[in-house]
Amino acid sequence: MVEWTDQERAIINGIFSNLDYDDIGPKALCRCLIVYPWTQRYFGAFGSLHNAEAIKNNQRIADHGITVLHGMDRALKNMDNIKATYAELSVLHSEKLHVDPDNFKLLSDCLTIVVAAKMGAAFTADVQAAFQKFLTVVVSALGRQYH
Amino acid sequence: MTSLSAKDKATVQAFWSKVSGKAGDIGTDALSRMLVVYPQTKTYFSHWKDLSPGSAPVRKHGATVMSGVAEAVGKIDDLTSGLLNLSELHAFTLRVDPANFKILAHNILVVLAIMFPNDFTPEVHVCMDKFLAALARALSEKYR
Repeated sequence: MVEWTDQERAIINGIFSNLDYDDIGPKALCRCLIVYPWTQRYFGAFGSLHNAEAIKNNQRIADHGITVLHGMDRALKNMDNIKATYAELSVLHSEKLHVDPDNFKLLSDCLTIVVAAKMGAAFTADVQAAFQKFLTVVVSALGRQYH
Repeated sequence: MTSLSAKDKATVQAFWSKVSGKAGDIGTDALSRMLVVYPQTKTYFSHWKDLSPGSAPVRKHGATVMSGVAEAVGKIDDLTSGLLNLSELHAFTLRVDPANFKILAHNILVVLAIMFPNDFTPEVHVCMDKFLAALARALSEKYR
């Protein structure tokens, strides 16, 4: 089981309670699709993704970015059992969406960078460590039901 | 992984000219973060008295690392031959596991996002990521 210090819980909850999901979600997903273009393979039905401008203007991508970010709320509410909390979502990503779990890390790296840009100097090394630890646990839980 | 296109190189050089004035701060912050967020990297610096963020050895070494990055920008058309000496240094003397190049690159990107939020667009991000990966490959040339 993952151990969280009080400081880590405070940092992580602090980040998400101050987060503008409607801004950060789309930015993180767009950045992922631009920086790691092979991730576009999962969004063939979403319309035009043929260049960075198209991706940034794509409303369906923006909406999906918000959805994905809100998906983290479940982990926030169940930090002591993220593994079980994401079992169903993991099966969904494996069996229905067929997402290569390596992609979760790519998206989480982009989310880190977008949050860092938003928070500026407040995104200290300790804050980065706690945030990345949280994302690592989420990513691991999402990949757990693949077989 | 692909090599750098002419557009990639131009983007890297243009962005570097914007940020190179802060190279020292970038290096210090990236290294500081790496040592905190990825504590296993501290194993390479057991000879330092102080590994805390922004300490004197961290600042000095951050500057050293970024001057290597600056050199790479200047030799962007042929990183492999341009960075031969640095590759030999890392392969035979320092023997840094190449996985750590990726870790440091990530922290450099985080610092760039913090310090230059408006300039570090996704388009610039992808070029810098490719460049740092190419740099890491060139540094790994002499390993085996």
